[in-house]
Amino acid sequence: MPDFIVPLLLSLKVAAWATLFASILGISLAFLLSRWRSPWSDVIDSVLTLPLVLPPTVIGYYLLVLLGRRGWLGQWLDQWGVHLVFTWQGAVIAASIVSFPMVLKSARAAFQDVSPQMEDAARVLGLTTPAIFFRVSLPLASRGIVAGILLAFARALGEFGATLMIAGSIPGQTQTLSIAIYEAVQAGNDNLAASLVGVVSITCVVVLWSASRLAPGKSRMNAGARP
Amino acid sequence: MKIRALLASSLCGMLVGFSASAADLLVSAASSLSSVGTALAVQYQNDHPGTNVLMSFAASDAVLQQIQNGAPADIFASADPAAMDRAVVSKAVEAATRRDFASNDVVMVVPIDNPAKISSLADLRRADVKRIALGNPAWVPAGRYSQAGLQSSGDWDNVHSKAVLSQNVRQALDYVARGEAQAGFVFATDAASMRDKVKVVGILPTPEPVRYSIALVNRQGRHPQAQPFLDFVISPQGQAILAKYGFKAL
Repeated sequence: MPDFIVPLLLSLKVAAWATLFASILGISLAFLLSRWRSPWSDVIDSVLTLPLVLPPTVIGYYLLVLLGRRGWLGQWLDQWGVHLVFTWQGAVIAASIVSFPMVLKSARAAFQDVSPQMEDAARVLGLTTPAIFFRVSLPLASRGIVAGILLAFARALGEFGATLMIAGSIPGQTQTLSIAIYEAVQAGNDNLAASLVGVVSITCVVVLWSASRLAPGKSRMNAGARP
Repeated sequence: MKIRALLASSLCGMLVGFSASAADLLVSAASSLSSVGTALAVQYQNDHPGTNVLMSFAASDAVLQQIQNGAPADIFASADPAAMDRAVVSKAVEAATRRDFASNDVVMVVPIDNPAKISSLADLRRADVKRIALGNPAWVPAGRYSQAGLQSSGDWDNVHSKAVLSQNVRQALDYVARGEAQAGFVFATDAASMRDKVKVVGILPTPEPVRYSIALVNRQGRHPQAQPFLDFVISPQGQAILAKYGFKAL
């Protein structure tokens, strides 16, 4: 089995779980923020977008201090026998946090593009608020949301700094593709580094290409062109 | 207009800053030298006004990778002969300038409160000891020394199965200091730099003594102060500073 299979599968597993968490959290918060007309919604939006601009080492440090054996959340989890540092679940948390703003930003813009008239019409026709969300708003915003989810997946797949700090680099357990690349370069193993870099590049190109095909602007043009 | 002038002047300032850095003496060294290296640089700058010494630290093999890929370092200091041998073979350094300049011990450390109550190598075999930190032997000399020492004591297979391999020796120390690893293997000088957070259980005997070496980087335009700095490190004055930080003479 080639050397890159184990880190690739681990990266895909971590990125998939992270994307799931980021999507659930991102879509629901985006919907609430887009429907809540208050100056505070922009403040909250800015705070939630922080992981996009903060250096990953800052996220990693926060997580280490929070979830570590001596951290206040880590101590509490310790009572239940849960340890997140040096585990792939820790890597999932790091990747979720850094990729979550991608979903939030795209989904919020997509929800704001949904005409309120559609939702009002649904309400007049007797749909409950959850039903309006699942049957009107979500389908209408779906393209923008899916593009955001793909971007989040790509970001989670490429996560390095915060993951290295919280999950370390344990081969087969927490050594993701990007960490395996870093370590191969450190060790002077250029052949392995090159093959890993190739795998990451191809994966990311595929993800980004899919995202661009689903981008909101393009979708409308396509939709208009269709018979 | 004012903004344009400000932009222009800050751009000029950045360019000047860029070119000025070429006049600095750049020493790329093993992570375990980070505290003492900075002290050596400060002393050298005091003795030689006008010379600016910059230090860059990483695991020895990572430093070598940077130099081989064209990092503008003037001096390479490694924590084991293996990294320096590779530097010599790849002609990254001038073989004739190579000098061994210090020694150290590999020690087993535990968090200061020692939650796993570890007092010997044998304790590391217990099932409740799950995480042991050490530098990745593939490129961290402290990890290589630890691996060699644990192999000769017959503990390597056990430790390796529980190992959290770190990017450099200081990171392994940090894992233990935070209590994330229940034990770890670092240099005695690293452990001494965090006396309030880690406790030394004992010295791990290594088949080969720990040997730091230093050499001039083989490149055009090397800083003229590179050789004098190297001489300073191996001089009695430099050796006294190393001793103050717990390094042993060879």
